[in-house]
Amino acid sequence: MSKVVSELKYSAEHEWVAADGAGPVGIGISAVAADALGDIVYVDLPEVGSTVTAGETCGEVESTKSVSDLYAPVTGEVTEINDGVVADPALINSDPYGAGWLFKVAVTDEGPLMSAEEYAAANGGEL
Amino acid sequence: MTENYTALYEQHKKAGASFTDFGGWQMPLKYDSELAEHHAIRNAAGLFDLSHMGEIWVAGPDAGAFLDYALAGKLSAIAVGKAKYSLICDADGGIIDDLITYRLRAAADGTAKYLVVPNAGNATKVAAALAERAAKFDVAVEDVSAETSLIAVQGPNAEEILLQLVPAGQHSLVTELKYYAAVEVRITVDGAVQTLLLARTGYTGEDGFEIYVPNDDAPGLWEALLQAGEGHGLVPAGLACRDSLRLEAGMPLYGNELTRQVNAYAAGLGPVVSLAKESDFVGKEALAAIKAAGVGSTVGQKLVGLKGTGRRAARGHYPVLKDGMLVGEVTSGQPSPTLGYPVAMAYVDVEHSEVGTVLDVDLRGKAEPFEVVALPFYKRSK
Repeated sequence: MSKVVSELKYSAEHEWVAADGAGPVGIGISAVAADALGDIVYVDLPEVGSTVTAGETCGEVESTKSVSDLYAPVTGEVTEINDGVVADPALINSDPYGAGWLFKVAVTDEGPLMSAEEYAAANGGEL
Repeated sequence: MTENYTALYEQHKKAGASFTDFGGWQMPLKYDSELAEHHAIRNAAGLFDLSHMGEIWVAGPDAGAFLDYALAGKLSAIAVGKAKYSLICDADGGIIDDLITYRLRAAADGTAKYLVVPNAGNATKVAAALAERAAKFDVAVEDVSAETSLIAVQGPNAEEILLQLVPAGQHSLVTELKYYAAVEVRITVDGAVQTLLLARTGYTGEDGFEIYVPNDDAPGLWEALLQAGEGHGLVPAGLACRDSLRLEAGMPLYGNELTRQVNAYAAGLGPVVSLAKESDFVGKEALAAIKAAGVGSTVGQKLVGLKGTGRRAARGHYPVLKDGMLVGEVTSGQPSPTLGYPVAMAYVDVEHSEVGTVLDVDLRGKAEPFEVVALPFYKRSK
């Protein structure tokens, strides 16, 4: 079963948010979502300096089989994007909570987020 | 819709497959990474469960004449032991299914015997259409899809893997089996010898064998093939990579490129239709008119290959544009794992179908350039 990391918070659209609130927070997509998408081959991320809004689309994740919108789990300014994952999107499959992180946001407002337990219960992940 | 399971469902579960519904069947989508499976078949070998495909026997004194009437090709002309790709069409020329027909050794009484293999989702419809079309012929049509499994070994190492299960005295049957041909061979599984129908029609763009086997024998054969493939790079492979492989090979998929709404000429399958055969056949009049009108060559739309210049892939149903005007629609598309760029098939207006034409595909609101290229996208080096 796909791993769910207990220190993170999760959106209903399968993004994870690094839970500690000091400074910009890291955002990625969960292993549950990465496994469901299949091998990810392209990722389109918001630009540094742009503002993302919780619950709204801010990019795309494309796998061999399909393409999915990427939703912002929080509102705030994008401070950094992971160039490594743009160059090698397979990192999202191999290490969704580590090297496969997507971007960082200086959060002004959080969308509705779940705890790891709630997310795992709703999506069949394994803590 | 009924949920069907193949005789190999337990094997797939054990191998960690994730499943998908395909034509009412729960089929393995992938076991681990569909990209790894794709590359394994291009470079080594993959093992597919295709038991959801249909198998229909057609036998009797009129078998050849009946198939000439029921299908678009001239099936009576197939040599014994050979196979032919054909279409079963409606009276209006629409495609009910694309299928492979094998001519096998004659029955004991000397009458002809054929095996027709339709696609999973169409098997019932095809069996029904054949039964209906058989009314005026001395022929027996028997749908054995439910009792028959189909296992395929695909990839450059397919032959050497298969040879390990075939007695030495029969190796030449395998090594000399031609493309689009079939033969009965003895295969040893768990010390027991089974006589099976072995075909070589490789739908992945690689060399490959398909083995027709009774359901009860399928799990043993699957395990034996996996074992024979150890050290030869054989991996179980799911429908996800089957789709990317066949797209690279430029092969149409029923439901995407082929439907009742399209005809053989638009789909580039004109040569499959034998207007020259003496007999009447279902759809003949309509297809003759469609051809005479120039559909797919001077009027209407035709199926083309598209090569993306960026990294984003076109997907089924995306609009194809020329100078902002709608000129077609994508039927299948994804990033090509082998070639490293996005590929797609699309129906486009014939005036924009020439190889080298640059068109745009509307990728969710943003137009990206794609070039019309010849099919197939990928061809193996012999």
